[in-house]
Amino acid sequence: MAEFLNNNLQYLLNGILAGSLYALIAIGYTMVYGILRLINFAHGDMFMVAGLVMIFIISNGAPLWLGVILVLVMTVALGVVIEKAAYKPLRSAPRMSVMISAIGVSYLLQNCALYFTGGLPRTYPAIPMLKEKHTIGGITIESVFIVTPILTLLLVVALVLLIKHTKIGMAMRAVSKDFETSQLMGIKINSVISFTFIIGSFLAAVGSMFYFSKYTTVVPLSGSMPGLKAFVAAVFGGIGSIPGAVIGAFIIGICENLIKGMGEGWTVFSDAFTFALLIIVLLVKPTGIFGEKTTDKV
Amino acid sequence: MTKTVDNKNRLVTPKEKSKKLGLLTAILFLIGLYAVLIALDNFIKPSTFTLMLIPVLKKGAIYSLVCVSMNLLNGFTGLFSLGQAGFMLIGGYVYAIFSIPASQHPAVYQYFDGGLIKFSIPELLGKVIGENAGNFIGAIICIIIAGIIAAVFAALIGIPVLRLKSDYLAIATLGFAEILRAFFQWNALGKITNGSNLLRKYTNFSDMKIEIGGNVIKLGTLFPFLIATICIVFVFLLINSTYGRAFKAIRDDEVSAEAMGINLFKHKMISFVVSSFFAGVGGALLAMFQTTIQASAFMSAMTYEILLMVVIGGIGSISGSCIAAFLYIACSEWWLRFLDSGYLPNIFGGENIAVPFFRDGFRKVVFSVIIMIIVLFFSKGIMGDKELSLSRIAGKFRRKKKAAASAGQEVQSK
Repeated sequence: MAEFLNNNLQYLLNGILAGSLYALIAIGYTMVYGILRLINFAHGDMFMVAGLVMIFIISNGAPLWLGVILVLVMTVALGVVIEKAAYKPLRSAPRMSVMISAIGVSYLLQNCALYFTGGLPRTYPAIPMLKEKHTIGGITIESVFIVTPILTLLLVVALVLLIKHTKIGMAMRAVSKDFETSQLMGIKINSVISFTFIIGSFLAAVGSMFYFSKYTTVVPLSGSMPGLKAFVAAVFGGIGSIPGAVIGAFIIGICENLIKGMGEGWTVFSDAFTFALLIIVLLVKPTGIFGEKTTDKV
Repeated sequence: MTKTVDNKNRLVTPKEKSKKLGLLTAILFLIGLYAVLIALDNFIKPSTFTLMLIPVLKKGAIYSLVCVSMNLLNGFTGLFSLGQAGFMLIGGYVYAIFSIPASQHPAVYQYFDGGLIKFSIPELLGKVIGENAGNFIGAIICIIIAGIIAAVFAALIGIPVLRLKSDYLAIATLGFAEILRAFFQWNALGKITNGSNLLRKYTNFSDMKIEIGGNVIKLGTLFPFLIATICIVFVFLLINSTYGRAFKAIRDDEVSAEAMGINLFKHKMISFVVSSFFAGVGGALLAMFQTTIQASAFMSAMTYEILLMVVIGGIGSISGSCIAAFLYIACSEWWLRFLDSGYLPNIFGGENIAVPFFRDGFRKVVFSVIIMIIVLFFSKGIMGDKELSLSRIAGKFRRKKKAAASAGQEVQSK
């Protein structure tokens, strides 16, 4: 065991980092799915757009703090705009149409990114605070490895508290239980949905800062894989459940990095593993670890 | 309803009559189309126009087939599957593996000692029945094998996956496509798949020719159309059979369909396997078109693109899918190219107008905006769930005439 840890410590740390980032994205998926029953395919691309916005702002000479604030604001605005423009008109349409719309938005965001970057990979500006090196117990790690998991956990706790103990949180829970009834009870459904998208986009923006500090190149497709993995994490943990999404994200992040550590031939399977896990979960326990069992009414 | 008596003394309703007429027109149209395609390859001098036209036609035919195969699943059976790229990948690879000539193996599989499979079906056949015929029939055999292997994979994947519903099914099939992509890039399978390197030098469209009386007739453009037509006609017949009615019943309401005695799993499986077979065939044709094939290109973005074509054509319309595929390919590869080139072509002659924001990638932005508009405001697509038919076109004209006539009368009465 000790030997295994020694050999794989770097991969384990990478895994914890990846896991906490997937968790930040997965929360956005799980909340939107909980309320709208929609896989928001564009969520991963919003994450990528947040990365590009940061690059754009910093390369125009703005200070870092301004960049951080602007990225947060603009990503949140983008999330709300997408919801209003692409999902709201289809609220009474079949679920397939909404999903197709989400795929369309994802395609649009990727193509816009392609246009503005000219297809060239862009390098994310270094955030000095996250690049500091620390030596703990004989190994040197960057502070991004320490800060990210802690921040993720803090944000998750805050979010759970928000959902459990505030009025808007209660409204969100009600809407995810039953869309129509909660509308009849006087809950303003549109503002609840917007609020969900605000939280989701905010977390995606935060995640993008840490993610791209570690993996520094941004290309138009950089959002799609983390996005899909985060979605798998959300399903794994039981869609609609925030703690479930976080645990699922950590398991996926750690496992895929340990697979990368197994050697050359296995690296191609680090992505495939995630999907294999998804299929196994869907077959054995379709509601995920923490999901509630629901039955379809005829 | 007025019934007429045909020459064999059977009663014929007008509907049947128009159906017969429609079939006749379709056959005539296809014969005409094939004649044009053969002429394009053999008798018309290549110009910049035909150089653009021919690839668009080939690719359009291939994508029509793939779109129809996806429509069979999504539009007719109501299974939201996103695994199309994965099955195309299988088809393309299987085709390529079986048709790389033996002499080219050391060059193609240079990192894997010339590969494991040391024969090529078109070449073996060529030794028996002549090179050109061997290539033609060998390619068809390879395409069929490609489809069958894709279908076998689909059957295996279908057993667990088809139990899932709507979005879960979508994400699981998407996942399987990703897993397949990883497998085909895996170095341990390199002796067969060439790892993450591309496969090349296999039989492609330019090898498709026949010899009649000493004259060689090139069939490069006809070939994809021929295969696609056969496959699409098959899907069309399937949809209008009892199986097709069962598919539609499942799409409209699973519970009622089950109550009516339809075996849900069996029919879903048939739809999934047939669709994957044709996706495999489409993948093989795409491999022939591209002349090289690499697993890393078959990403989920490819499936999304096919899905968007299906949506543009109308979910649940075969003719819609074909029209949309040709339109989509023509726009993205040809008609909207100028958006990437930096200037607006001046159609009145004279100099092109420079537009600074027309640069690489702008075409795709415009394209995705159009797609979003279609998805949001014209969700029925071009055809809705109707098929293109003579009586509908005639009906439209009649309505227009009537409207014109009544408008004329109003003017007169005033």
